[in-house]
Amino acid sequence: MSKDKLDLFPEGKLQVTLQRLCQQLIEHYGDFRDTVIIGLQPRGVFLAKRISELLKTRIPSLDLPIGTLDVTFYRDDFRKRDIPITPNQTQIDFLTENKQVILIDDVLYTGRTVRAAMDAMLAYGRPSTVSLLVLVDRVRKRQIPVSASYIGIKVDTMETQRVLVELKESGGKDRVFLVSKEE
Amino acid sequence: MTLSTKHLLGIKYINKEDIHAILETAGNFLEVINRPIKKVPSLRDITIANLFFENSTRTRISFELAEKRLSADVVNFSASSSSVKKGETLLDTVKNILAMKVDMVVMRHPHPGAPVYLSKHIDAQIINAGDGTHEHPTQALLDCFYLQQAFGEFKGLKVAIVGDILHSRVALSNIFALKKLGAEVEVCGPPTLIPKHMDSLGVRVSYDLRKTLEWCDAANMLRIQLERQNIRYFPSIREYSMMYGLNREMLDSLNKKLVVLHPGPINRGVEITSEVADSDQAIILQQVENGVAVRMAILYLLAGIKPAA
Repeated sequence: MSKDKLDLFPEGKLQVTLQRLCQQLIEHYGDFRDTVIIGLQPRGVFLAKRISELLKTRIPSLDLPIGTLDVTFYRDDFRKRDIPITPNQTQIDFLTENKQVILIDDVLYTGRTVRAAMDAMLAYGRPSTVSLLVLVDRVRKRQIPVSASYIGIKVDTMETQRVLVELKESGGKDRVFLVSKEE
Repeated sequence: MTLSTKHLLGIKYINKEDIHAILETAGNFLEVINRPIKKVPSLRDITIANLFFENSTRTRISFELAEKRLSADVVNFSASSSSVKKGETLLDTVKNILAMKVDMVVMRHPHPGAPVYLSKHIDAQIINAGDGTHEHPTQALLDCFYLQQAFGEFKGLKVAIVGDILHSRVALSNIFALKKLGAEVEVCGPPTLIPKHMDSLGVRVSYDLRKTLEWCDAANMLRIQLERQNIRYFPSIREYSMMYGLNREMLDSLNKKLVVLHPGPINRGVEITSEVADSDQAIILQQVENGVAVRMAILYLLAGIKPAA
C-alpha cells in the first residue's frame, strides 16, 4: 500500500467498530423506547441500516424506525459550488416530535452537513434529544461547533486529504481510506 | 446536476437531459411539499419578481407557492395595476424592477418572444410563464412529470393534443417536450385551428376525435382561446363541442382507461363535459399539485447555476 493511502479499518475492523458503536447505543438507550434512527444520504443511510440490523441481532424484539434524510436543499453552500449537488431521496414516515433521534453519517468534517441535517430534521417535529453517530471523525477541522456523540474512529487530517468511504451496499468492499487529494 | 441554460425561455431552447434533470428534481420536491413543514431554505438569498402582463390564476399562484416554499423573497407585479398603463416600455419596466436587486424574473406576457427579447438585454435569469401563442414551458414540464409517473417511460407513449392548437402555447411546449423525450404526438382539432406544416415538428395530424382517442394513451384537452381569436374559426361553440368535445359516452366507449389532461382553465361543456372533468380519469388537480413541485425544481436548478463573481 502506498504511503499516502491509509486504510482506517484494516482486516475486518469495521465490523468490530460497528459492534462497539451498537454496544454504546444499547448502554445509552436501553430498550430504545421513543427512539428513531435517521441516516444521512447517501452513505449514512447504509450505516444506519447496518447498525439497525446489528442491534436487532442483540435485541430481537427491537422495532426501531429508520428514516433517510437528504440535506441538499438545506446546505449553506448552494450557489457557491460550480455544479449543484444532485438531491437524494428523503423518506421519513414518522414524526420526530418528542423522539430521541440518532443521526448517522459516515464522516464528520466541517460540521456543515450536520448543521443542515438538524435544520432539515426540524421539518418533522421537535425531537426531545438528538445525538450524532459517525464512522470517521476528522478532528480539529470543524468550521462550526458540532461534535459527535458516538465515534467509530478519530483521525487528525490535513485539508489536502480526503476520507473515502466504500461500502458493500454502494458496490464497494467495506473499506475506508485516508488519501491525498492529488491522488 | 445542472442545466445547460441560464434561462427557461421555452422547451425549444433546452435539451433532453435538462428535461430529465427537472423531472427528477421535481420528484424530490413532490416529497418536500407533502411533509408536515413544506418549506426548505435553498433560495433564501434570492429575490424573484413575478411579472404578469397577462391574467393568470394557476400559474401565478403555483409559481408564488414554489418560490415561497424555497424561501425566496417574492415581489408580484401585474400589468393592470402598474405604470405599463402610463406608457412605460417592457424593457424600462423590467430594468427598474431589477435595479432593486432582483435575481430572477418569472414573466407572462401576451406577446410571443417577449422573454427571449428580455434575455438579450438584462442579466437576471428569466423563466417564461407563458408568452402569447408561443410557449408555456412549465406547463409542458408538469404534464410530462405526470405522464412519467403514470406510464414510466416516454418511448412509445402516444399523446394526443386536442383543440385550439393554433393559439395554444401549451400545445407547442408539449410537442417540443414530448418529442424530445421520445413520445409520439398527434394533434387533433378543426382544420382551421391546426397550423400548417405540423409535420415539420414530427407530429401527426387528425381531424377526427374518435380516431385520435382510439390511438392515444393520454389526451391533453385544450380550451378554445376566444380571447386570441379575432376571426371566426368554426361556426359555433355548440358545433365545436359536438365535434371535438370529450364526453362520458365517448370516454366509456374506448376499450381502455384513457388519461385525460387539461391545462386549465376549463370551459365545462365545451372541450370536456363536467362528468369527464370530475371523473377519476381526468388528472387536472394532480397536474396542479405537480405544478408546484415542477416549478420548485426549475427555480432550484436555475438558481444553482453559480452567479458570475
